[in-house]
Amino acid sequence: MSVKKVATNQPEFFQFSDENLNKAKKIINKYPEKKQSSALMPLLFLVQKQNENWIPLVAMKYLAKMLDIPYIQVYEVATFYSMYNLSPVGKYFVQVCTTTPCMISGAGKLVEVCKNKISQNQNELSANKICSWMEVECLGACVNAPMLQINDDYFEDLDKEKTEEIIDMILNDKSPKAGSYKNRKSSEPESGRTTLINLKDA
Amino acid sequence: MPKITVNEKKIEFEEGLTVLQVCELAGAEIPRFCYHEKLSIAGNCRMCLVEIEKSPKPIASCAMPATDGMVVKTNTPFVEKARKGMMEFLLANHPLDCPVCDQGGECDLQDQSLYYGFDHSRFTENKRQVKEKYMGPLIKTEMTRCIHCTRCIRFATEVAGIPELGAIGRGEDMEITTYLEKSMDSELSANVIDLCPVGALTSKPYAFEARPWDLKKTESIDVMDAVGSNIRIDTYGWEVKRVLPKINEDINDEWISDKTRYACDGLLKQRLDTPYIRENGKLIQTSWTKALKKIVKKLNNTKPEEIAGIVGDLVDMESMFIFKEFFNKILTSSNLECRTKKTYLNPKNRMNYIFNSSINGIEQCDLMLLVGTNPRSEATILNARIRKTYVENDIEIFSIGNPGDLTYPYKIIGSNTQVLKEIIDEKHEISDKFKQSKKPIVIIGESALKNDYGEYVFESIKNYLIKNNHITNEWNALNILTQNASRVGAVDLGLYKLNKKDNFPILNKLDTNEFKILYLLGADELRFNKKNEFIIYQGSHGDLGAQIADVILPSPTYTEKDGHFINLEGRIQKAFKASYPPGDAKEDWDIINQLSKALGKTLNINSRKELEERLINSSSIHSKIGEIVKSKVDTNETQEFSFVNSKIEIDFVDYYFSNHIARSSMTMNECRSIKNKLLSTGTKG
Amino acid sequence: MLKDSDRIFKNLYNDYSWEIESAIKIGDWKNTKEICSKGKEWIINEIKTSELRGRGGAGFPTGLKLSFIPKEQGTRPHYLVINADESEPGTCKDRDILRFEPQKLVEGSLITSYAIGAHTCYIYIRGEFFREGERLQQAIDEAYEKNFIGKNACGTGWDLNIYLHYGAGAYICGEETALLESLEGKKGLPRLKPPFPALVGLYGCPTIVNNVETIAVIPTILRRGAKWFTSLGRPKNTGTKIFCISGNVNYPCNVEEEMGIPLKQLIEKHAGGVSGGWDNLQAVIPGGSSMPLLPKNICDTIRMDFDYLLDQKSGLGTAAIVVMNKDQDIIKCMARIAKFYKHESCGQCTPCREGAGWMWRMLERMAKGEATLKEVDLLFDVTKQIEGHTICAFGEGSAWPVQGLLRHFRKEIERRNSSDPLTKRIGDKIPYLIDQHLLENENA
Ligand SMILES: Cc1cc2nc3c(=O)[nH]c(=O)nc-3n(C[C@H](O)[C@H](O)[C@H](O)COP(=O)(O)O)c2cc1C
Ligand code: SF4
Ligand code: FES
Repeated sequence: MSVKKVATNQPEFFQFSDENLNKAKKIINKYPEKKQSSALMPLLFLVQKQNENWIPLVAMKYLAKMLDIPYIQVYEVATFYSMYNLSPVGKYFVQVCTTTPCMISGAGKLVEVCKNKISQNQNELSANKICSWMEVECLGACVNAPMLQINDDYFEDLDKEKTEEIIDMILNDKSPKAGSYKNRKSSEPESGRTTLINLKDA
Repeated sequence: MPKITVNEKKIEFEEGLTVLQVCELAGAEIPRFCYHEKLSIAGNCRMCLVEIEKSPKPIASCAMPATDGMVVKTNTPFVEKARKGMMEFLLANHPLDCPVCDQGGECDLQDQSLYYGFDHSRFTENKRQVKEKYMGPLIKTEMTRCIHCTRCIRFATEVAGIPELGAIGRGEDMEITTYLEKSMDSELSANVIDLCPVGALTSKPYAFEARPWDLKKTESIDVMDAVGSNIRIDTYGWEVKRVLPKINEDINDEWISDKTRYACDGLLKQRLDTPYIRENGKLIQTSWTKALKKIVKKLNNTKPEEIAGIVGDLVDMESMFIFKEFFNKILTSSNLECRTKKTYLNPKNRMNYIFNSSINGIEQCDLMLLVGTNPRSEATILNARIRKTYVENDIEIFSIGNPGDLTYPYKIIGSNTQVLKEIIDEKHEISDKFKQSKKPIVIIGESALKNDYGEYVFESIKNYLIKNNHITNEWNALNILTQNASRVGAVDLGLYKLNKKDNFPILNKLDTNEFKILYLLGADELRFNKKNEFIIYQGSHGDLGAQIADVILPSPTYTEKDGHFINLEGRIQKAFKASYPPGDAKEDWDIINQLSKALGKTLNINSRKELEERLINSSSIHSKIGEIVKSKVDTNETQEFSFVNSKIEIDFVDYYFSNHIARSSMTMNECRSIKNKLLSTGTKG
Repeated sequence: MLKDSDRIFKNLYNDYSWEIESAIKIGDWKNTKEICSKGKEWIINEIKTSELRGRGGAGFPTGLKLSFIPKEQGTRPHYLVINADESEPGTCKDRDILRFEPQKLVEGSLITSYAIGAHTCYIYIRGEFFREGERLQQAIDEAYEKNFIGKNACGTGWDLNIYLHYGAGAYICGEETALLESLEGKKGLPRLKPPFPALVGLYGCPTIVNNVETIAVIPTILRRGAKWFTSLGRPKNTGTKIFCISGNVNYPCNVEEEMGIPLKQLIEKHAGGVSGGWDNLQAVIPGGSSMPLLPKNICDTIRMDFDYLLDQKSGLGTAAIVVMNKDQDIIKCMARIAKFYKHESCGQCTPCREGAGWMWRMLERMAKGEATLKEVDLLFDVTKQIEGHTICAFGEGSAWPVQGLLRHFRKEIERRNSSDPLTKRIGDKIPYLIDQHLLENENA
């Protein structure tokens, strides 16, 4: 993970919407008095939600003031964790897991699809500017490999064709259905289960 | 006391020490990069690994608390192998550019690799490249050399109180930087250069100036403020190449301010290297003989009471001593003054004009009141001590007047003498705190001693503290924060004039132009409307004093002569000659001696050594070099005072420009313009 | 094979819905008040006798850990922190508990909090599990509505608040002290130990950190008794465990099984066997990416529990089984894991920061046959220089898999890298290079 690129075009101003300000207050209240800096990570997510999935520098200053912590702490945190985007990403942000369990289940093909359909390089916007993709480390859905994440949702049990369908949809600004693409409800074996049999229809 | 065994040797230790510290007590040296006595423990370099019985893994000794009965080994093959491994990792991505690195010769990494390094690198991958970071005009970065020990970050956050440095990213791509690469807003910033164990942070002004082994090193005393920081001056020929801190736990710990360190290029600029006289309004170069002749002529035609002598901020005790002798005995004048501003002085007891709690003593305090002072710009190092105390003991700090950001939180309780009165009349909420406090500290700044209200501020506070038993032989809460290196010594020597009705008669007379001759000994800060005064300026720099002079007598700076200084605590220390003055400049005592002779008289001081002896013998205070001679507390010695209602305005200290050496320094100039830019664009903080 | 009636996670496949009503139907929240009324000591003791070991990877005895919390509540509050960071490659069991069995976790949180004297419980969930977090929040809200948690939770007289806290993409935040740093709003840098969290943890207060699965099995253990739990598996390796079987098997799945089940049975019975048949098996990572892989011949007979795998110089870890058959390039597979560790190292301490990337780069070259034979030894040296020298166990986690590869597949690496690229280059008559010294074999 190289140090994240910070967008060159930065907005001049950031402020939470009234709704988010309320949320922010609730979040801060989860933590003990004088420990409001704990709220930093959730608030960074909130900024990201409000600002088209990326965090501008002014927002970091804004949070530093709000939580009464040094700017550098916000900046450190924002660059340490991989889920904070410091420059614009697509409206549909695709993250393909390529760690070993997914890799041996064919994640390479998913990456190929993304390269061909979205952009040749990671972290680049698609031609119509609404998608971008990147490779990520294990997303914790290994028995449903290969898989990818688009914004908040997991898309599991994929292959080349199904991935193409999904990417085509988002490129056309449509939301594909999340979950398993082999119609699995969970992590039970696809062939039919070997345990919890009596309970199945209980 | 608990015991521990280090390499078969049993040793007792005090509870609370780490294994590394105990090993050092036992004489076992432990290599380290991240550990530093004055900073919090990071334990991240892993170089200090030792073997501890019953632990299968080697243990980082810097982070491990020593416990009774531990058996530690520091010199086994097991330990050596582990350390070698660390060394290889540290060097893996470290550029092998020692020949062009300014740290060369004083690099911890270089030194350690002699013991633990492999003879060749097994790392054949491409080395990591890290972009240079901008950290301001003082710190040169070469971040590819960084070994991520985080000493700089910890210093900035913990000691300087400016959490502006951080490590961004993670893993092997982690990089040390300031927030968005702006200049560090601290007067202590350059200490990170000393802390950096490798050549990642080096000195920008000193870049490629010299190799350490070519420099002559002289231990001395700093004069940029009244703290008296202990320093080491490195010279090459007559040029002062750099100034470094010398450890003194009682004064400056291991730190010095950026001004102390970097005003030194001002020693080479604007220097007076030959005498001048003014003819037809213009200053022209002249010879010593002619210059002295002109002065003699003028002196002979003037009455003693029409002559005044003013000493400046950076003058050493010896020069002041002989200056006073000259005035008293040769000119038979007592018109001497060391104050260049009208700040109240009560010299009856030494405790009235020094920092009685002592710098070290700050750490014991449990309550602090600042009165009209900004210690951050008036005495940076002392301010760091306040911060340290705040961090460690979480003390409450109050201020009368608004000094701005001090790097620690404090509460402003007002900016008027009225608040003071409330406290003293026990009508203020902190009056109670003062009652309960065991060791309070009140720091009175020069801004609080000004003009008409100074007397009230000082005498009422003193009275109040005496009443509350806070001025005793055990603890003296009364503190004056002096800003100039020469001041306490000057008062000790009696270079002031005052009477019952008028605390600053000389300055008042100056305002009404009652003097015919003014003799300025290094005095550049005097502000008055010159009319027909004949002005003699004796000093080192072509600064404000020289500009208004009729005769200029060039003399050396603090690095160019031996001399004593008394710091704000009343501690006498000796500064040593590290270099020599340019051109025809002569030492002050020599000049005055020659002038005496030209006047046909003599002071019977025939050498600098004789002068020093006379000075030291003149008072018992002066003979205890490096010590504070405690002033006797006399609680009966109080003075009448009456309330003066006034706002206490804290005078702005133009930090990087506070004396003639700093004003001549290009580096200080640059720091100042960057600071001003930060202030004006509001991106500060 | 484990009887269905002995399975703890009856809703692992979401046959019932996850909502609180169905959870109550399958037995959650039954007698919670009575269990608590037996007292803190009884609870901790019962967990001790059950010999439950942490499910987060390290396998530390849970009862013992709980007993480290100061007995007397001082001025500082106690905290329970639940580790739902699940990021170990191969592992996806906590996710199913969060989505399908959230009430087990909530109930376990109450009982454990009660036992350690905590009024606040934070659940640190990895940021990518956004939907799972939503689900868990709903479950928590339902539990509040029923007054199972909150003021006087479940009528126990104990007050408990549970809060969710999202991570943001950092494997290292699974390490318990890094997790606490992260929870405090900082970078996830592991802390120096001692002090341990049970004395100085979250906000400097006594804190217990446990994995989701560990906490979720506690109510059932207490309800059915430690005896029942120890009747499964063998001493010190008791009870049931959710195994995650991924990679080259016909039907990857999560399944709850008895501790100590033979690996072969696990794969063949539940996951439909190795793709291409058992003989097509190359190697198995038995406990998540941090645990050294085991080649087929060992896999033939091996049983899945903590101590058995330890004897094989591997470990049960999170019980995440990654199966690799002979179609896989084993060096590439492990190089990819090394890349994971390089990407996830927090960067704080020297050996991990500098070593992880070094191992990965060497492995990449070895996979391509571009390394020298000497480098195989060097690679081993590097793993040894990391192992045991770091602040946290990430160092071992990154070094062990590489050691496992070298232990079992050294021949394969040597075969592929037998033509020394440097000697080859000399043959190519390269003009003088800056790194000419590399060409002289002596120094290479
Ligand atoms: C690098 C690293 C990553 C870890 N990741 C996780 C994790 O994702 N989830 C988890 O529960 N424990 C993880 N652990 C283990 C925790 O540090 C800790 O041992 C565990 O949460 C304790 O819970 P347990 O006793 O219930 O297992 C990790 C440890 C290390 C060293
Ligand atoms: S071992 Fe790695 S992850 Fe753990 S503290 Fe050190 S650098 Fe960070
Ligand atoms: S000195 Fe102990 S780890 Fe760096």
